[in-house]
Formats: sequence, structure tokens, C-alpha cells
Amino acid sequence: MSAGKPVKTVLEEGDISRALTRIAHEIIEKNRGSENLLLLGIPTRGAYLAGRLAKIIGSIDKREIPNGVLDITLHRDDLRSRPPRALTPTVIPSGGVEDKIVVLVDDVLFSGRTIRAALDALGEIGRPAQVQLAVLVDRGHRQLPIRADYVGKNLPTSADEIVRVSISEIDEIDQIVIAGANES
Amino acid sequence: MSPEVVTELPRHLLSIGDLNHDQALLILDTAEELAKISDAPIKKLPTLRGRTIVNLFYEDSTRTRISFEAAAKRLSADVINFSAKGSSVSKGESLKDTALTLQAMGADAVVLRHPESGAANRLAGWTNGVVINAGDGTHEHPTQALLDAFTIRRHLGSVGSDLNGKHIAIVGDVLHSRVARSNVLLLTLLGAKVTLVAPPTLIPVGVESWPVQVSYAIDEVLPEVDAVMMLRVQSERMQNSFFPSTREYSRLFGLNLDRMNLLQKGALILHPGPMNRGLEISAECADGVQSVILEQVANGVSVRMAVLYLLLGGNIGVGS
Amino acid sequence: MSTYLIKDVELVNGEKVDIGIADGVITELSKKATKNYENVLDGSGCVALPGLVDLHTHLREPGREDAETVLTGTRAAARGGYTAVFAMANTDPVADTAGVVEQVVRLGKEAGWCEVFAVGAVTKDLAGESMAELGAMAHSAAQVRVFSDDGKCVSDSQMMRRALEYVRQFDGVVAQHAQDPKLTVNAQMNEGSVSARLGLRGWPAVAEEGIIARDVLLASHVKSRLHICHVSTAGSVDIIRWAKSRGIDVTAEVTPHHLLLSDELVESYDPKFKVNPPLRSNEDIAALRMGLADGTIDIVATDHAPHPAEDKECEWAGAANGMIGLETALSVVQKTMVDTGLLNWSQVADRMSITPAKIGRTKGQGIALAVGAPANICIYDPSKSKVVVAEEQISKSKNTPFVGIELPGEVRHVFFQGKPTMISTEMVAR
Repeated sequence: MSAGKPVKTVLEEGDISRALTRIAHEIIEKNRGSENLLLLGIPTRGAYLAGRLAKIIGSIDKREIPNGVLDITLHRDDLRSRPPRALTPTVIPSGGVEDKIVVLVDDVLFSGRTIRAALDALGEIGRPAQVQLAVLVDRGHRQLPIRADYVGKNLPTSADEIVRVSISEIDEIDQIVIAGANES
Repeated sequence: MSPEVVTELPRHLLSIGDLNHDQALLILDTAEELAKISDAPIKKLPTLRGRTIVNLFYEDSTRTRISFEAAAKRLSADVINFSAKGSSVSKGESLKDTALTLQAMGADAVVLRHPESGAANRLAGWTNGVVINAGDGTHEHPTQALLDAFTIRRHLGSVGSDLNGKHIAIVGDVLHSRVARSNVLLLTLLGAKVTLVAPPTLIPVGVESWPVQVSYAIDEVLPEVDAVMMLRVQSERMQNSFFPSTREYSRLFGLNLDRMNLLQKGALILHPGPMNRGLEISAECADGVQSVILEQVANGVSVRMAVLYLLLGGNIGVGS
Repeated sequence: MSTYLIKDVELVNGEKVDIGIADGVITELSKKATKNYENVLDGSGCVALPGLVDLHTHLREPGREDAETVLTGTRAAARGGYTAVFAMANTDPVADTAGVVEQVVRLGKEAGWCEVFAVGAVTKDLAGESMAELGAMAHSAAQVRVFSDDGKCVSDSQMMRRALEYVRQFDGVVAQHAQDPKLTVNAQMNEGSVSARLGLRGWPAVAEEGIIARDVLLASHVKSRLHICHVSTAGSVDIIRWAKSRGIDVTAEVTPHHLLLSDELVESYDPKFKVNPPLRSNEDIAALRMGLADGTIDIVATDHAPHPAEDKECEWAGAANGMIGLETALSVVQKTMVDTGLLNWSQVADRMSITPAKIGRTKGQGIALAVGAPANICIYDPSKSKVVVAEEQISKSKNTPFVGIELPGEVRHVFFQGKPTMISTEMVAR
């Protein structure tokens, strides 16, 4: 915990839910419907967001949208800098990834390295027709040429600020705050 | 954001006795995840790329060596196989010199199979790399016990759970078995009840200090257990009068069809291999529907991948 | 020969005296010396013991000079306060003839660090099959009185009987290494809960006790004296106590390491703890200490067994058995027996000098300090203490199990037949 750092709430429950609804519509629009869609969330919070998006898209288009979890631990590029991390289960729905339009879902897009690892992990499972990326927050400071197709909120931050995402499935509330290094 | 690991393993895997409950579960749960890769189209992960793992085998063991080799290669590690026949120091290079040589060659880890108890412990004192005990004399074989527990848990438990409340029998030459020693430690660590079944000559003096029960009556034990693990019995033990003949051993302690029918429905039959069909286990039992012996072999690769990942996958310094 | 005066030293009865030494004997033993002496040494804070006598040492020469020689071994003995050692016969060639035993004694004389008595083998080549020429060795210049196949057991009952009978003609004694070979094939460590866990083949206590039981009954039957080497189990102590209560002429020895170290140390698989007989349980250690205290065990003997590094730097099963012990013996005895109140210094003198000499039938060694007695003296300061470092041992081999352990006491001066071998903790230059 960074005691003493000023904390600013940038998204509240209502903002998050509206953003997800908008993203759901954008996904349907861009892909001309929801056929062949597969949502894969990146643990921990991305997985829950993928579940929510699948439900929203499913209620709009009146069909069951497959969604799963893609653990990226073994493909991280920073494995050697700390002790080995525990793995979380990767869950791919029975239809697999072949020829699917895979939408990766994560809470925050920052350096882009997590998504790079996700693309590697996905590549070892199969060959999707397309891979798209949906994030709740894009906070800039990319270190790789990675970009999101769907963004809940663009959040310019300084690199030393901390973006904290809370998701009600595990954190009791929906909220995004920034813990700043400087007074803004 | 990936969860930070709270549980870390000790530096080497020399004995199950070095692991606590959480560490043992971490290995089994990690193995569950890594097992999925055998169904993936590309059976390869980049995780240990650039790590060099040496299989240093002083005993013939094609099965274990191939299992470790497959595990290492699936994680993209480089594997060097070093087969040193002949056990004692007098035959060729000493274990210490071999250890120093491997270290000079840049081995990050050594997987050691050796005919003398304690060899892995000694090796760990002479090298900066990670040492994994693949079987030392009659002392321990930790990865065998881990894959046995993994196999049992898949049938009788679930991911994240231990073996609390399960009753497992280990039958055979306990005295000379490193598999038995590692399994006693691991199964009891995971909360199972363990009963050893063997003629008194093949139960070690000092077993009173083990958290196990001992029985000489296999027929009384089999109906009570959720799994029975048959150990290999060497017929050469007859020369030292551990039992009078293979016929008598088989008759009193062998797992045959009649005894298999004493088992509860759903009880498992395990064997670490290689089997003496007809001596400690009959063909019907080895090939029957309750046997999980082939699964044990398959699970060996996943479990060994988990061990290699957890020991070598992070910031393990070499030469530090 | 120079003359020496050791001032202000305590005898084992607590009396503070000066000790005068000239012409190889003690010339004065009084509160204040009256004669003049060329050299004066400080003995304050020290206890004066008769020079220690080790009934069980391995000097390795002839044959294993890479591990130790008579010269290096006796020098190490002197550092430990010893003025006499009995060199065991398992050399190469075995000391089973007059020629070899005379050679060992002569090498000891040439080295000059302490008196060397040769132990003769009981059977030819230690093979246990036919008796060695015990008489020839007894009547040789080496005057052998102690016979032992140590390293191996005289396991054949008939052979043991004959040996016990035969040595009576020259007041000899058979020193038995009690180990039933059939029960200890390829045995690695004490059989018990530790060996069960470590997967090392067990060396059961009964393999020692069974032989001792047989031998005390044999000794009784043929009316011979018997000595038991390196007693290591509680059961053995019980059997010897019973035998003595029946008037059987049996004596016994215990090593310093068996008084201090238990089989739990083997968990590290470090072969510096590998020895025969093996380290035993804490219950055995307690019984051995009580046995040494009440005299059931008559003496301390080191079983000093040097081995070169390569014989210990390997996996357990491939390592040699044995530990060096001459230089640390007195300190270990102080730690386990004196500091615990089980023995006083007078009894230490008895266990480590007087009685070993008596069993070995020596003249001139193991004599309580008195005017006119040969000047074989060990001046020892119990107040010091030191952590044992392997490289600091002056034996040629460094396989001490006490590495890293803090041991009390320090030998300060040692006199052998009136000549100093150690002065102020430094070995005298030769």
C-alpha cells in the first residue's frame, strides 16, 4: 500500500457498466454480428470482464457467446526477474480457437507485454481467424507495438502512478482509482 | 495481473521431507496446468529456454530419464544426457569431480539417479546449480511419489485438494524401496492414511517412528483401501532369505485376480514400474480396468515439468 | 639431557606442586622445588596427568603412508598428550610376523614422539582362518602382548577360543573387534529409525552384543583375559557389567566419538561421521558414559583412523570408515565426562593412562606421578576452549568429526621419558 499517496477515483460502478455495454456493441458492430466470437479473459480480472462482456453480447444478439480464460504466466518475458509464479488454469471452451474471432479481454493496457505474452500463449493453442483486444482502461506508456481495438476509457497517467482496478466479483465493488505520485 | 506466488520451493528437490503441505500442493496444481500441453498442437513452452539441464544417470533407467528429458524439452530447456555406468568411486571419475565439471560446463540443474543413498545430498554440496533427486539408492525418489499422488488425486480428489481421508496401501519390498519412502512421506503429508503390507523381513527396523500402519495380511487390508501401490520385488532377495521362494512370495503377497476382486469398486491399482508380471502383480491386475499404471507414466512428464518450472523458472541464480 | 621444572601445577588429587624433571625421571614433586633446573615452565591453571596411553591407534605404516605414518601419527599423539600408543595390526603387510611388529616399534623409536607398542594380528593376514605366530611376536624385540584382528572380527568361535587359550602362556590378551560379519554385510550406519528414514543399510547393535556375549563366556570357560575394543551400545555395556559381576576377566574400551556423537548426524550423509562401529543413539551414548563412569568400561581408546580426503569426499557408501582422534581425545573426555561431573581428574588419569598401560602390560608407562617415576607427563589446561578446525590437526589426515564443535581444554606441555615433546602448546622442533 502506498500510504500517503493521493488517490483519485476515475471510474465508478455506473461508468464501468456503461463502458462495457458500449464495448459490447462495438464488438458486434466491428464484426458484423457475434458469430464465431470467442472471448478470452486474461487472469485475474480480465477473466471476469470477459464473462460479463459475453453475457452482454449474448443478451443483445440472443445467443450463447463462448468465453474462457487464457493464463499467460509461462510466456511472460520477465520470468527470470522473480521467483516462479503459480499458474492459473487456462480454460478454452470446447469449440477451440481455430477459425474463431478471438477477443482478448484485460482490465488495464500498459506496457503491452502482457498482451504480447497472450498472443504467444494463444499461438500455441491454435490459429484463430483474427485476434482483437478489448481493455477497460488504456493508460498509455506502451513499450511494444501493441494497440487495443476496444477501449473503455483512455486514462493518461504518468508512469509512476498506480492504476488500481476493483471488480465486484472479487473486490466487492466496481471501481478504478489512480494512486498518484504527485498532486494533480 | 497474474497472482504473485506466495509459496516457494526449496532450492533443490532431494527428499519429500524437504516439502511442506503447501509446497506439495503447488507442485500438483502446477502439474495439472502443464498437463494440458500434451493435448496442445504444439507441445512446447518457452519457459526454460536457455536453461541447461543435465541428466546424470549412474543407473540404467530409460523410463525415468526419458520422462525428465521430455519434460525439460517441452519447456524448451537444453538437455544433456550423461550416463555414467558403474557406481563406486573407484570406477572412474568421482561424483565430486563430475559435479564440478558439470558446473564448469554451465549446467543450471542436474537430475541425478545414483545407486547409493545420499548421493544427491552430497552432489548438492558440490555444485551451485539445482539438484533434483531422480532416485538415490534406497533413500528417495521424490518425483515418483509426486506423480503417484497426482494420479491418485485425479481419480479420488480434485485440483487444489489434498488426499485427506484417503487410505492407501503400499505392498512389497519396503525395506529396499526409495519409492516407498518418498510415498510414505508424501501421502501422509497430504493427509492420507498409509498401510504397509510386506513380510516382516522386508519392513525396516525403525518403522515404528513412521506415521503408518503395518500389516502382514494383504487380504484384510485390500477391502479397506482407496488405492493399492504394488512395489517391485527383486527375485535376488531370495538369496539373502528375505523370502524363501518367488512362489511363496507371490502366494502370500502378490496381487492376483482374487485379490483384485477384494478391492472396492473405484479403488486404484498403481505400480511404479518396471513390473515383474506374475511375481508381485498378475497380468489381469496390471492390465485391468482399475489399473492406472499407464497413466502414472504419462503423468510423470507433467509432474516433472512442474518440478522443473518451479525450481528453474524464476530468478534462480547460477554461479551466485 | 636438559632439566625442567613445571611450576604451580595441580595433581589429580588437587594438590598444587612443582614438578622437577631430570635424566628421564621425576626428581621432585613438592610445593616448592628445592633443586635447580635449566628450564622453568608455567603450569598454573593446569592439571598434571601421567602421559596418556592409547590402547587403540592406527598408524597406517607400513602400507598406507598416504594417510599417516608412524612419525606423523606419533607426533599427533604427542599433541594430544599421549606418551604411548598401541599400533593396530591391520597394516599392509599385516603385522602378523615378528618382522613387521619389530619394524613398527623401531619406526616409533626413530621418530621419538612417544613410545610405540605393536599390536599383533590374531590370524594370518586377518583372514580369520589360521592363527598367526603369536609366540614369535610375543618373544620378539617388540614384546607384543596385545593381539587383535581389529578392522575385522575373530568371528569363528573355535578360533577365538584357541587364541584366548594360547596367549595365556605369555600373559597376552586378545582384543576383539565385536562385529558379527553375517549380520553386518555392507552395513553403513546404526540400525534404527534414522537408518530406516535415510535408506542406509543398518548395523544392528545385536551384531556387537552377540559376539561380546559369546566371548565373555569363552574367556570364562578357558580362564583367559579378554579385551573388547570400541564398545558402542547400551546392551554391550550391560553384558560386560554382568560378566564382571561374575568375576570374568574382561576389560573394555570406549572411543571419545562414541561418548559425544549420535547417529542423527548421519542425516547430512557426510562421511566424516562414518565409522565402524557406527555412531549410535542418544540412549547408547548415555549408557556408555555411565559405563565409563562406574568402571564397567575400563578405558578410553581413540581408535584413531586416518583416511585421505578422497576416501571421505564421496557418496556415503563409497567412503571409508574411521575418524582421527588423538589430538581431541582429552578435550572430548573433559566435555562429556569431567564437565558433566561423571569423572574427576584422578579417574581420567586412570581411564586414559594407568589402566590402558596395565591392560597392555607395559613398563614405564601409565605410572601415577611420583618421585622416581619415569617422566611421562601431560600438563593440561581445562579452562581454555576452542572450535575444532580440520586443517589445524597435525595428523597427516584431517578426517575429524568434531569440525565446528567447541571443545574445552588445551594440552600445554608434554614430556616423554623426560624430554619435552610439547612446550607451551607448541610441538618441540626435532
